[in-house]
Amino acid sequence: MTQIPDLLPALPEIFLAIAGMALLMLGAFKGDGATRLVAYLTVMSFVIAGFLLLVVVETPAETFNGMFVADDFAVFMKILALLGSAFAVIMSQRFIEREQMARIEFPVLFLFATLGMMMMISAGDLLSLYLGLELQSLSLYVVAAFRRDTVRSSEAGLKYFVLGALSSGMLLYGASLVYGFTGTTSFSGLAEAFAGGGEVGIGLILGIVFVSAGLAFKVSAVPFHMWTPDVYEGAPTPVTAFFAVAPKIAAIALFVRVMIEPFGELVQQWQQIVLAISILSMILGAYAAINQTNIKRLMAYSSIGHVGYALMGLAAGSEAGVRGVLVYMAIYLAMNVGTFACILCMRVNGRMVEGINDLSGLSRTHPLMALVLAVFMFSMAGIPPLAGFFAKLQVFLAAIDAGLITLAVIGGLTSVVGAFYYIRIIKLMYFDDPVESFDRPIGNDMTLVLTGTGLFTAFFFLFPAPIVDAAARAAASLFAG
Amino acid sequence: MGEWPILSLTTFVPIVGAGFIFLLARGSAETVARNSRYMALWTSLITFALSLFIWFEFDRSTAEFQFVEHVEWFPDLGIAYHMGVDGISMMFVLLCTVLVPVCVLASWESIKDRVKEYMISFLILETMMIGMFCALDYVVFYIFFEGVLIPMFVIIGVWGSGSRRVYAAFKFFLFTLLGSILMLLALLAMYLEAGTTDVPTLLATEFGYEMQIWLWLAMFASFAVKIPMWPVHTWLPDAHVEAPTAGSVILAGVLLKMGGYGFLRFSIPMLPEATEYFTPLVYTLSVVAIIYTSLVALAQEDMKKLIAYSSIAHMGFVTIGMFTLTTQGIHGSIFQMLSHGVVSAALFLAVGVVYDRLHSREIARYGGLWNNMPRYGIVFMIFMLASVGLPGTSGFVGEFLSLVGAFQVNTWVAFLASTGVILGAAYMLYLYRRVIFGRLVKEDLKGFSDLSFREMAVFAPLLVLVFWMGIYPTSFIDVMDASVAQLIENYEAALQAAADREALDAAVAASQ
Repeated sequence: MTQIPDLLPALPEIFLAIAGMALLMLGAFKGDGATRLVAYLTVMSFVIAGFLLLVVVETPAETFNGMFVADDFAVFMKILALLGSAFAVIMSQRFIEREQMARIEFPVLFLFATLGMMMMISAGDLLSLYLGLELQSLSLYVVAAFRRDTVRSSEAGLKYFVLGALSSGMLLYGASLVYGFTGTTSFSGLAEAFAGGGEVGIGLILGIVFVSAGLAFKVSAVPFHMWTPDVYEGAPTPVTAFFAVAPKIAAIALFVRVMIEPFGELVQQWQQIVLAISILSMILGAYAAINQTNIKRLMAYSSIGHVGYALMGLAAGSEAGVRGVLVYMAIYLAMNVGTFACILCMRVNGRMVEGINDLSGLSRTHPLMALVLAVFMFSMAGIPPLAGFFAKLQVFLAAIDAGLITLAVIGGLTSVVGAFYYIRIIKLMYFDDPVESFDRPIGNDMTLVLTGTGLFTAFFFLFPAPIVDAAARAAASLFAG
Repeated sequence: MGEWPILSLTTFVPIVGAGFIFLLARGSAETVARNSRYMALWTSLITFALSLFIWFEFDRSTAEFQFVEHVEWFPDLGIAYHMGVDGISMMFVLLCTVLVPVCVLASWESIKDRVKEYMISFLILETMMIGMFCALDYVVFYIFFEGVLIPMFVIIGVWGSGSRRVYAAFKFFLFTLLGSILMLLALLAMYLEAGTTDVPTLLATEFGYEMQIWLWLAMFASFAVKIPMWPVHTWLPDAHVEAPTAGSVILAGVLLKMGGYGFLRFSIPMLPEATEYFTPLVYTLSVVAIIYTSLVALAQEDMKKLIAYSSIAHMGFVTIGMFTLTTQGIHGSIFQMLSHGVVSAALFLAVGVVYDRLHSREIARYGGLWNNMPRYGIVFMIFMLASVGLPGTSGFVGEFLSLVGAFQVNTWVAFLASTGVILGAAYMLYLYRRVIFGRLVKEDLKGFSDLSFREMAVFAPLLVLVFWMGIYPTSFIDVMDASVAQLIENYEAALQAAADREALDAAVAASQ
């Protein structure tokens, strides 16, 4: 008789899984008319999962023979992922009703994707990592193609699926190589195996390279970014808003955990890889965005650039670096959710518009929305005193501390280039005359999201301590284990 | 007032006023515009009144930082909200608080579109500027230094006059940002070395020679763009030409001083050995700037562009003065910054007066204004002569002291810089003759009215300052004297220590 594992550390995930299935049943019985109810219940489940995470789960703990880890790092990142998902569900609600996409599977798929993310974040083993990753990815492939009667959406879903499967394959192949050369897939076992500091074989390095490539695909870092602009542009906008935030956070969390926990002793080996993809992402994110005319594509390149900055913290390989990554992702969440809320408000006569030029003169037609979007843009460009500046400050600090001066200088220069396209949007909104006014009203849900994220971004500097301290604790927990 | 956080009050009253305008100015467009104007004026006047406390309460006998405030901010990182002023920074705070009400008044009628947003931007700008001069923590300084970009970018881009305003706004933003980012990296490197971003602590920290060189270059990138020095000055004429009058006033009056202040607060005292190493470079660039931009100014057709180039030349005196590291030189450079802050601001306002009437900045469109605008002619003449450096006006003291300082160190630099004085007289007098003197033949100028009461009120405080600074400079020199003396003393002590160390190393090497 085998012993039942301790379920408490995984309680939020278990709850979400049960909630997801219950909601699916609810939808099956009530039909698509219940979509709104299901969406609300989904958000409620996220809230309850977050509550369980903060109150019931005790850290640090592990269960399922070490395959599932609950530490401060996991809690921090899971809260971010839950927030991102909850915002995405809230923002998508009106959209799917307007566009005749209101099917009950939509929120439920978000929920399952989020469950996958939480599994990823808590993975303590290469196998549970893969499990979570696939649960997340499969749900995402479906929502990307959710508007199956339009070519763009199905194309986005298909592209995402094919390339995503490829990257999963690479990851799996890398994991098998690592297993073959070390005889274990558990993170703690791997960390022990490398603790001796002995010679690292080429086969193992190859395995690490493949794992990193698979992860880099998931965070859409250069050179594995090709899918991002197309999928962002093709997917329905709320789905893009979802893609840009929660899965990115989960994938970054995974990346950080895999590099620090099992391969922590091999910093020398993987640092160059992370360094290279960080630099390439920052450069491409800055230059490729300059000529974009579609705001969703622009945001895709912008997110590639941001991932580059976040990876700068990881490249430092230090506790300060990880703290930087965590703070960066928290601020990234607010800025991106807010920006996508603005993009979701870009409707003219009932149809969505996505051109950057459609923002012309927004400060005259929707002054408050223009103000909030300007705050996000300046913040993404890293201008103090807005939140984005502090995010960059943290990762630059870690990079310089680790002696990666060149990386920091390149990061600084690309952020000036990047500033160009962010302030171009401000120029359109403030300096140019309006063409067409967006529809009013923008709705209470959007107002709420915009106010919340806008205030956070603008006034982060007044109360930085809670987030910075939590990030510091989370980073410390990763290095303690 | 001893217990009050007077610096924070002065810094943040404008932004609170901006918040009030944002929330309270409602109603018809007309009402909103009027209320915003009055609220902005009152806010800036209250700020000015508060800053007067700083002026009167300031202890002139000490070089210590005064009115210090210290609140933990990022306790883990050792970054604190730390404010304080000394003799170097205190008068810049007053310069800001004097100029902003002047700017609000100057924009009273010329800004008709989106008045509310304009006034909000201006008040935010004021907070950023004052905060920057008061900050005693490098990160806080950086935040204010960089935060200035946002309102200024918007002011140039939205209320700018020319067709190239977007280009000018982008150029301003990206040039400055590029320089600042490099300074940010230097800041972080210093933080990691010293473990804090507290300015007084950093001032006492010694950095290695190699590191000083790199840090100095990174900071130079930022401050040289801001001040601006040749050859990174090209954003300035564009920004000045396109900005609205009050924008130019603030740009010339305060923003340029941020670069000079940065040199005095950070580069020179924190990195003395690198400063010594790079002094010839600064001299060269400054001399080139003085001569080259003066010649360029002679050829300008656009009034604002001419004054913009003259600003670059004047800033050349500032950089020469401060890098002489003599008492007179640094006194002169600070004085020159203050004086230029008043005089160039007034000159841009003077251009604004006729621009409001004709909507052209082209010199050739004007001529013979003396006939129907005598009061304007007199006001313009006083500021023009102050800019040239006529004894009795503020411009003379600054230029003279800078040159005296330069003469003690390097006669060639002093000689070449002096040519700038002559060229300066040439282009300013030439400008004045073309605009004011001559016969009034152009039809569209004949209907011009002389200065209105509001315009007189705008110029009056600046006139008082120009003469006060010119006739009795002691009241200003007194303020900075102790701080400057300490700056030079520390600088020389640091160089001496470095030389001793080197001698010791050499002796050790020889004995082995």
